[in-house]
Amino acid sequence: MQTRTLTGFIATFGLATLVTATALAQGKPGGVANAIIQPEPPGLMLGLVQNGPTQMVSGNIYEGLLRYDAKLNPMPSLAESWTISDDGKVYTFKLKQGVTWHDGKPFTAADVVFSTEFLKQTHPRARANMAQVDKVETPDDHTVVFTLKQPFGPFIGVFEVGSMPMIPKHIYDGTDYKTNPANNTPVGTGPFMFKEWQKGSFIKLVKNPNYHVKGKPLLDEIYWHVVPDAAARAVAFETGKVDILPGGSVENFDVPRLSKLKDVCVTGKGWEFFSPLSWLWLNNRQGPTANKQFRQAVMYAMDRDFAKNVIWNGLGNVATGPASSSVRFYTDDVPKYPYDPAKAKALLKEAGYKGEKVRLLPLPYGETWQRWAEAVRQNLQDVGINVEMVATDVPGWTQKTAEWDYDIAFTYLYQYGDPALGVARTYVSSQIQKGSPWNNVEGYSNAAVDQLFADGANAFPDPKRKDIYAKVQKTLVEDVPVAWLLELEFPTITRCKVKDLVTTAIGVNDGFRDAWIDK
Amino acid sequence: MSFIVQRLVKMVVVLLAIVVLNFFLIRAAPGDPALVMAGEAGASDEIFVAQLRERFGLDQPLPVQLALYVKGIATLDLGFSFRQQMPVADLIFSRLPATLLLTLSAFAISLALGVLFGSLAARRAGSWSDTLITVVALVFYATPLFWVALMAVLVFSVTMGWLPAFGYETVGAGLTGVARLSDIAQHLVLPATTLGLFFMATYARMTRASMLQVSRLDFVKTARAKGLGEGVIQRRHVLRNALLPVVTLAGLQAGTLVGGAVLTETVFAWPGIGRLMYEALLQRDYNLLLGIFVVSSAMVLIFNLVTDLIYRLVDPRIEIKA
Repeated sequence: MQTRTLTGFIATFGLATLVTATALAQGKPGGVANAIIQPEPPGLMLGLVQNGPTQMVSGNIYEGLLRYDAKLNPMPSLAESWTISDDGKVYTFKLKQGVTWHDGKPFTAADVVFSTEFLKQTHPRARANMAQVDKVETPDDHTVVFTLKQPFGPFIGVFEVGSMPMIPKHIYDGTDYKTNPANNTPVGTGPFMFKEWQKGSFIKLVKNPNYHVKGKPLLDEIYWHVVPDAAARAVAFETGKVDILPGGSVENFDVPRLSKLKDVCVTGKGWEFFSPLSWLWLNNRQGPTANKQFRQAVMYAMDRDFAKNVIWNGLGNVATGPASSSVRFYTDDVPKYPYDPAKAKALLKEAGYKGEKVRLLPLPYGETWQRWAEAVRQNLQDVGINVEMVATDVPGWTQKTAEWDYDIAFTYLYQYGDPALGVARTYVSSQIQKGSPWNNVEGYSNAAVDQLFADGANAFPDPKRKDIYAKVQKTLVEDVPVAWLLELEFPTITRCKVKDLVTTAIGVNDGFRDAWIDK
Repeated sequence: MSFIVQRLVKMVVVLLAIVVLNFFLIRAAPGDPALVMAGEAGASDEIFVAQLRERFGLDQPLPVQLALYVKGIATLDLGFSFRQQMPVADLIFSRLPATLLLTLSAFAISLALGVLFGSLAARRAGSWSDTLITVVALVFYATPLFWVALMAVLVFSVTMGWLPAFGYETVGAGLTGVARLSDIAQHLVLPATTLGLFFMATYARMTRASMLQVSRLDFVKTARAKGLGEGVIQRRHVLRNALLPVVTLAGLQAGTLVGGAVLTETVFAWPGIGRLMYEALLQRDYNLLLGIFVVSSAMVLIFNLVTDLIYRLVDPRIEIKA
């Protein structure tokens, strides 16, 4: 039996963790945090709505069984310890005693079972993860046992608050989840409680006085300000109205300027779990992009260092392949595609490219992405590719990519720390589903890759998975089903008086449990 | 009275036409709300998209969707917002006070300053003050609104620190009574002035041109011949008669006040209907978008009727006939 208890955890991560924990415990209580939230979330019930802004606010209200450190190692949250059976099929969680929901009702194993069933109906990622589960049992009120149909390597990594938020059974059981009035006044076990939402203006959360971690949270209140214009968000920070700009709140070209302001701190940490990776969808079905040599030419034609250094102000890293370097089992032992226009031209010639028009779809997420698309167009035109830029808004972009109506399209996706969770979906044949915008949109189909990803997901323990994913990464980089761009970094910008804001692999999405203000 | 009844009937027909036209126009734009929401979730599957379509009635044939919507309108039910997860009417009416405060303030500023500067320019036609007023008005009219707004923020908020840069009030200040009203007023200054200056130009130019035209008419000469003072002539004879086109323009603008001011509300994070509409458009929130169109169209129609009635007050010679 592989046992990973809290004691074991502390021993494993040793003094550094203890020092960090001690430092975190020394924060000063009191104060109000003012942060930007953009766009305004459609709702705060995390079991029903999974978009970024909802996670960011509701990560304070709800909790998962586990949290994850920057190396993606699990840490206790609502579960204080866990064990994994030797065959990798049985996961036993011991729940923390004395945890209550915001309305005072006790949190028990029954809530975990209920949450599993709830999320299977409403949460696409949880549905996929929980499809691996054969049964969930509760030997007692504080023990939950997940028995899988077969080993599923990343299973211990699917219990953070965004992927598997705990839902109160006593509020939702037997009701229509989507119309339950409690959706407007969400109830969780988290460090902060919902207080007020003035649509279009702000969301207010207040400290949970009965939070199950002694001495936490330290802040009294959090205000999330809704400011729709990126320039106005930068001004809000400059004028001191807000102290926290979560990653992506301002345009990239404003980051260096804001970073240089007095008493301003910047961190790129807190994205290790999401590990956002950007690439160009290349339509593998038709046109010049269906040709492997053409796709390889696109890789050689792009000056990705320029994109990183100029458009992204030096943030992030040039991607080497389908997995971001913070994803488990990442390898850089793959074919390389440096900026080499001459090689790109030679490959285009070999591919028999005759100057056919290629439609390029930028990602309509603001000025940075527009500039990036213009730079890529310039790169591609320089090697002789006839590029036509197609302008869309977000719904138009979503429809065009979901309906495969494009040749080259910008995108970026989260990878959720493990190839089986966030990488495979882009490349396996079973994910070629027209009408859905975030799967195998490029239409790449390779039976060997399908098999490797299937094997990788179900292999156990980790060393077996490592070999499999090394092979699949090499194959994909050789085939270039998509053209990888950058591992993105969305810096969190704060006033330096805000301490311990980012302490886990999901950063500000994990709630402000540890944050405090140095008054 | 029959004039009003007849106009009301026509209004209902026009409103119905607006609903039907917009219903199809919105759906003709690429993208649909289910895909947008699935996209926002960052991971979606066919089940998720199908669930959203079913939940919002998007799986029904278009004529059925239209029939259900028109039936809802007839019972004053504007439907449910897909993305905001609230009844459309609640959303619109929750944003109405902020929008009306902004647009009415801007309307008052633009009308008062426009008529004032327009009449001053007309009285001193050809002078340096006329040129100055005309050029300044033109500059405000020609400059993109969002740029003026950003510059105003830069100067008066960031550099001077005199006025708040964004929002409706100071969040978390816990102000009440007069202190709260004063706080809201401070937040209102920049957006209302920016928006007001944009429209001021139109009124100033319209008033100037109209007054110059009227001042050449015979009855003005008669007034002068009677020995009336220039101030009385300008106020009671020229300005009053010159105001008719200004009233027409004001009536048209008044009707659009409920629609909010998209750019101003966005730059100043003003929680009004304009922003709501812009966000609904980006998210293809059909019901919310249609609901805002219906309410703002209804307001335009009502204000058109009111404008016609005001004509008679301004110029009793105008007769209203059915």
